[in-house]
Amino acid sequence: MIKQNNLIESKRAFVFLCVLGFVIVPCLYLSGVLSIGDINMLGRFMTFAILAVGLDLLWGYVGILSLCQFTFFCLGAYAMGMHLAHHGGPEGIIDANGWKIPACLFVVYPYDVGESSGDALVPGFWKPFWNLPVTIILGLIIPAVVAFVLGYFVFRSRVRGVYFAILTQAIAVACWLVFCRNDVKLCGTNGLTRFDIIAPSGSFFTFNPVTATNDWKASNTGNGEIDLNQDGSVDQLDYSIADVGFSLSSSEVQLALYLITVFCLFGSYLLCRWIVNSRLGRILVAIRDDESTLSFFGYKPYNFKIFAFCVAAVLAGLAGLLYVPQMKIVTPSNMEAVRSVLVVVWVAVGGRGSLGGAILGALSVNLLYNYLTSEHDYGFFSWSPDYWPIFLGIMFVLVVLFLPKGLIEVVDKFRKRNRSESNKELEVSS
Amino acid sequence: MSVTEGKLSDPLAVYQDFKPSQVQLDSWSSKFVLFTEDLSVSFDGFKAVEIPCYGVQHGELRVIIGPNGAGKTTFCDLVSGKTRPSTGKVYFDGRDISSLDESEISLLGIGRKFQTPTVFDSLSTYENLLLALPGNHGWKKNLFDKETKDEENQILEILEKVGLFNQRNQLAKSLSHGQRQWLAISALIISKPKLLLVDEPAAGLTDKETEQTADLLIELAEDHTIVVIEHDMDFVRRLDSMVTVLNEGKVLAEGTLEEMEQNEEVMEAYLGR
Repeated sequence: MIKQNNLIESKRAFVFLCVLGFVIVPCLYLSGVLSIGDINMLGRFMTFAILAVGLDLLWGYVGILSLCQFTFFCLGAYAMGMHLAHHGGPEGIIDANGWKIPACLFVVYPYDVGESSGDALVPGFWKPFWNLPVTIILGLIIPAVVAFVLGYFVFRSRVRGVYFAILTQAIAVACWLVFCRNDVKLCGTNGLTRFDIIAPSGSFFTFNPVTATNDWKASNTGNGEIDLNQDGSVDQLDYSIADVGFSLSSSEVQLALYLITVFCLFGSYLLCRWIVNSRLGRILVAIRDDESTLSFFGYKPYNFKIFAFCVAAVLAGLAGLLYVPQMKIVTPSNMEAVRSVLVVVWVAVGGRGSLGGAILGALSVNLLYNYLTSEHDYGFFSWSPDYWPIFLGIMFVLVVLFLPKGLIEVVDKFRKRNRSESNKELEVSS
Repeated sequence: MSVTEGKLSDPLAVYQDFKPSQVQLDSWSSKFVLFTEDLSVSFDGFKAVEIPCYGVQHGELRVIIGPNGAGKTTFCDLVSGKTRPSTGKVYFDGRDISSLDESEISLLGIGRKFQTPTVFDSLSTYENLLLALPGNHGWKKNLFDKETKDEENQILEILEKVGLFNQRNQLAKSLSHGQRQWLAISALIISKPKLLLVDEPAAGLTDKETEQTADLLIELAEDHTIVVIEHDMDFVRRLDSMVTVLNEGKVLAEGTLEEMEQNEEVMEAYLGR
């Protein structure tokens, strides 16, 4: 078998990172070194790493610079946001169809002229998101479909390079404007919030609160008092008191969400590595090198570009799904154009064209961001959060100038030196 | 072509009777693998190519020569689908291919090597040929299947033949110009096309490499139809085959190289006298 000289990241490094993510970090938490807030923050940053892995597949391997990755992220995030809003809290108002209006929607509900609060209805497109599996599937499929439609028209008409980047940036801005509007019934600039619980049994086994409530009522009549909130009627409000699932603010749930995120991050990484190391990965790289020549080889480059774009969009959607229960809010500010540009910065800093580099970049830039956007007094110099954009800019320039392959280059060099040293030792011992 | 009349018979007379729009399919496709009819293309009003009819026979090794700007590469572009003709049609293997795109034409069996060797720099020599293998153009197969032992052997065999075996795991960007030319030709061969369009295979090669390339093409010509575009007269002489001379987008003359060298008009076009 011929050795393919592609970017093969070492197995040892991967095992080490697995141990770090799954064992060491949780142990640090259990032993009290890290607070649950830190775990929660790491979990959120890892969702960004999933986003970065997707962009790296797209930009690093296929050479397509997409500036709307956070838009796909938000499609997943809003899916999960709507789901959590459905199940948020035991208070609220039941609409004419028997659905509890999510609190975040109720406060900014866009009434028509003459309507009053009694006329508010849960919009139809919110309804599929009552069910958790459906939410997850939709949160992955919607970004994929959007990416497919976009890619189909754009790549087929051979829009390339800078033009594609500008186009995606415009799409990001357009989506942001749409999601900011109150009358699309996605809570406008307030965003989706007031999340309370995740994974009550009803979110798995029922598709709407009416049947969920009825089922619960049917199985509990005769068990004494079921008007739990004692408002005189048995409805979804009582049901949501009974079926509480897991509280999002409990530290066990946050730890579990962190672990699920780590698992998904490794999954995304392995998926992308598998794609990159397959023969299709060679085609993707060939598209980056010379797309027009590839079509003379009998390939249709746009098919492969659409494929990569969809994979990146699905990973972004996955990241969004995981982000929301940990952040407990999702607002259109996540869709702002500058956010998607930041993803590019993470990947560039970490190492474009190296999946491990993308993860490294996303985590290191965000951890730095977290540290440097609070005040620090070093005695001779006090750091203000206002310096962060300047710092980020300088860091970006320095990395591009001195480490064109990104921070991962440092890691690679270190590993190579270690390897050659151990080789020498082997030679000596033999 | 009023100028040529009297001095030289119309070089395209042999093709007149085979125009696909006027005769039965069998009568042209049994003789010609490639046929162009009324082919012309203009860029901003400038007619780059204008050829009433032209064909390449099955199994033929044809050389197209001509001065710079004669339309040789544009002709290749038209045949391989890179450029759409302004008027006229291109027929290949018994069907009209004028409306197909590059990849579809390539799948039908027209392989092309460009003037500058186009290889994928970030892939190894081996991987370059891996992508050129025929029959693996869908995403599903590429995602799930590895190359078979047989395909691997094919690649290694051809690498051995062109002397790139030791460079098989090197990135293509580290190859020399000559090696890149050979890699591009290898990629063309391994894709098993019915018709090879080889654009300036000898450009930038040393004399020895040029000779080797010519020998390789002669060997290939035994079981392929080949159209070679070339500048280098020694190279063309070595190929020893029918020559078509293009000038200002038109076919000026056709015949053996000796005939061409005795043709005043051809020499005039070439040397600019």
